[in-house]
Amino acid sequence: MTAYIIRRLIIAVVILIIVTLIVFFIMQLLPGDPLVIFMGQQAGSGSISQEQLDQLYVRYGLDKPIIVQYWNWISGILQGNMGESIYYHEDVGKLLLERFPVTLDLGIKSFILYNILGVVMGMIAALRRGKWIDTFATVLSYIGVSIPVFWLGMLLIYLFGLRLDWFPIAGYTLPTEDLWKNIYQSFLPVVCLSLMGWAVIARQTRSSMLEVMSQDYIRTAWSKGLTERAVIMRHMLKNSLIPVITLMGIGLGLMFGGQVFIEQVFAIPGIGRLLVSSVFAQDYQVVQSATLVIATIVILVNLAVDISYGWFDPRIRYG
Amino acid sequence: MKEKETKTTGFREAPVRVSEWQRFRRVFFQRKVVLFGLIILTLLVITAIFAPLLAPYDPFLISMAESLQQPSGKHLLGTDLQGRDTLSRLIYGSRMALMVGFGSVLLAGIVGVTLGLVAGYFGGITNMVIMRIMDALMGFPMILLAIVIASVLGSGVHNVIIALSVATLPGYARVMHGLALSLRENDYIMAEHAMGAGNIRTMFWHLLPNGLPPMIVLITLQLGALILAEAGLSFLGVGIDPPTAAWGAMVADGRRYLLTHPWLSFAPGIVIMLVVFAFNLVGDGLRDALDPRLRGLL
Repeated sequence: MTAYIIRRLIIAVVILIIVTLIVFFIMQLLPGDPLVIFMGQQAGSGSISQEQLDQLYVRYGLDKPIIVQYWNWISGILQGNMGESIYYHEDVGKLLLERFPVTLDLGIKSFILYNILGVVMGMIAALRRGKWIDTFATVLSYIGVSIPVFWLGMLLIYLFGLRLDWFPIAGYTLPTEDLWKNIYQSFLPVVCLSLMGWAVIARQTRSSMLEVMSQDYIRTAWSKGLTERAVIMRHMLKNSLIPVITLMGIGLGLMFGGQVFIEQVFAIPGIGRLLVSSVFAQDYQVVQSATLVIATIVILVNLAVDISYGWFDPRIRYG
Repeated sequence: MKEKETKTTGFREAPVRVSEWQRFRRVFFQRKVVLFGLIILTLLVITAIFAPLLAPYDPFLISMAESLQQPSGKHLLGTDLQGRDTLSRLIYGSRMALMVGFGSVLLAGIVGVTLGLVAGYFGGITNMVIMRIMDALMGFPMILLAIVIASVLGSGVHNVIIALSVATLPGYARVMHGLALSLRENDYIMAEHAMGAGNIRTMFWHLLPNGLPPMIVLITLQLGALILAEAGLSFLGVGIDPPTAAWGAMVADGRRYLLTHPWLSFAPGIVIMLVVFAFNLVGDGLRDALDPRLRGLL
């Protein structure tokens, strides 16, 4: 097991390094000079002389070779220095830290919600194959992967916010400030975020349950005289969850993608909204750091999933 | 009729040999939902090709006198703020969706499949370098990577296609990589080598065709995901500039009039969902029809 974990860790570090290279490279694709864009956004940019421009180049290290620039950037980030936002005139690290709890709060809520709902529904659908709940699960799983999340958000706002006036249509309060208000406000966004994950998890659980149900060891478990509960929970569910766990990690990436839209539609001040507004403000320092942070989280969670996978399924460890 | 016999006479008997094409036709066209998906996709393609003939109005014609009209006999789905006919814009939007969808699938498919093929076939260090880069790309949420790349490249349909291609590239590479790894162990590959075939010939004439069925399934499912992603990008306003008719942008435009003119947002949303749904149905149908493990079962 230790050897397996170490191997996974090394791979994760290599992937993280490549991720930083990709982010750095994408920013190099920006047409023109980042400094010119930067200066263009400052008032009275016309008054800058070539000499001052050269000084700025030296100050920001842009006169150095590209590898040195990369090194400076990455070592800065490792020391917690992500640079300064040209739009907010604030430290990027501070900006991200302010927004992050919001995104995390919504993310954790819907992660828990869609995994529980998905596993339970997939399980029941498999056990009641061909019954109405199975049909319902199938229809839902198709809708979940086909519906644009931003449109779903607007539908919910229209129905439950504008027409029925049950839920607020925008805004966010931190759970530490007012827990009840937090749950109330985040109900619709969390439902939106969860639908796709729910669909994907339910579908996978259903098909892997069906596969496990026809295995010999299930017949053995029944003939040993185990109770229905023990057969279903200990033998069927546990074994059929192995492929579902990988999906949980992948689902996280999907959810971060969904948050970009949900935060936009419900006016929630999280990382996704910050990212979109920074894209429009050409605040690339923020875009760069936010992208890097999100990718790092996805990779670390997938690493955790991989490790737990090895723990659940011993065949993987020695593979 | 022969297929039915095998099902009733018991599972121990080997399935009767049927040609792959016959089996594909039977499994694929038998299901009503798959046919439904196919009909929607056919309609979509026809709409996109004949958009100028089908659209009742010019989708870009601004007429403030007809601003924000409710659906009526004259404008079946009403008009937007600038008095443009919603139905006409929806019809023209199909061009954007299909162009971005097929463009990205083509670009990402060619590059991704080649990378996966090379990685899986050669193995070793080539494999490691290529696949670790793909793993890293997979670390980014697809839509997020597309937003960032599209914004860095600037607006334009081709930039959206490039952005979405880079974001979806690793999917093709991974699947093809897995296929190449298992396919290259086959005897016919060894025979090819014994006959003196080169690497390129083996990869593209023998590994690739054998890996095609799963790739076709992946491409169909990806088309749905890409149309969803294109709608997302244009919803945010990244990449595709107004006044281009794009479904996602139409949903976003209607947002301010949700209470008074819900159809402005609802209509494009329903179209997006229907199209993505159709791609998923057809993709699943293809998967079952092409899966050799289901031979004899379906």
